[in-house]
Amino acid sequence: MSIEKLELFEVFIRSKRGLDHKHVGSLHAEDNEQALEYARDVYTRRSEGVSIWVVKSADICASQEDDSDSFFDPSDDKPYRHATYYPLPKEISNM
Amino acid sequence: MSQTNTAQDLITYTARLGDDSVIFGHRLSEWVSHGPFLEEDIALGNVALDFLGHARMYYNYAADLTNKESDSSVLKTEDDFAFLRDEREFQNHLIHELPRGNFAETVVRQLLVDNYNKYHFEALKASKDETLAAVAAKAVKEVKYHCRRSREWTLRLGDGTTESKQKIQTALDGMWGYTYELFEQDDVEQRLIEAGIAVNSSQFKDKWLADVKAIVEQATLTLPTTEWAVRGGRKGYHTENLGHLLTEMQFVYRSFPDAKW
Repeated sequence: MSIEKLELFEVFIRSKRGLDHKHVGSLHAEDNEQALEYARDVYTRRSEGVSIWVVKSADICASQEDDSDSFFDPSDDKPYRHATYYPLPKEISNM
Repeated sequence: MSQTNTAQDLITYTARLGDDSVIFGHRLSEWVSHGPFLEEDIALGNVALDFLGHARMYYNYAADLTNKESDSSVLKTEDDFAFLRDEREFQNHLIHELPRGNFAETVVRQLLVDNYNKYHFEALKASKDETLAAVAAKAVKEVKYHCRRSREWTLRLGDGTTESKQKIQTALDGMWGYTYELFEQDDVEQRLIEAGIAVNSSQFKDKWLADVKAIVEQATLTLPTTEWAVRGGRKGYHTENLGHLLTEMQFVYRSFPDAKW
């Protein structure tokens, strides 16, 4: 089996109950089941997690560098979307 | 007198279980940096470490028992068992010492041994010896994962390409004769079985066979029908492979006996 024929998977691990799954890295595997086992072997050797998600990297729809202008720049001049934009009434002292 | 015999039997039995684990773990560790690809390399290393972990628990216990029985002021340690005994003193089942071979051979051996261990540890959990039962309770969880891996790989190779199927079938045919002694007990083990301490593996041979058969058939492979069998591990009679393994495993310790990490 050559590595070129394996698919790339992204690995997400929940470190503790109540926390979100976080992206920890990627790996090569032939299918979902094998990816899950390798994620266990490669990323949870030092008891890092209580739950694992694996997703084929090809199935992730990602924003592109070219999209940055239209996606993210417009929010730069909309400070009113931040809570800090609004002055607090004097009556509220501890925020 | 019979008390002493039981103590000696227990040392022998515990050391044998340690021998199975250390030899098997060492063989698997030979894959490290030679695995088919990075992820599998790490996975094989993990499994090897599980077995070396079992070996340490058994050898430490065997050393404690030996020290209790002995009048010598020189105390035995786990290292004496692993590194300072010679070929004939090891009493592992022969299947563990066979060369790692190609990847199909490693997969087949894992399949046969993992499924054996599944029942072995389940039974050892119920041992009247508390230490052995505790080792087994810890190992049971690891073995469940080992079984999952070896099953997956058997299906993948057996139901894979013409070449992978041929290689794994050859591996299975070549290894089958080493499975018989896994289910046989000598007098030492027989006495400990009667004392409620050792595992009577002959009792789960049928279950083991059914499990292996189901996986082998699902992998579109054929269960061997040959009846040749190789025996002798528990008597210290080994294949030519063990000596070579020991020279590699023991030479650093023997060259630098007081070396510390």
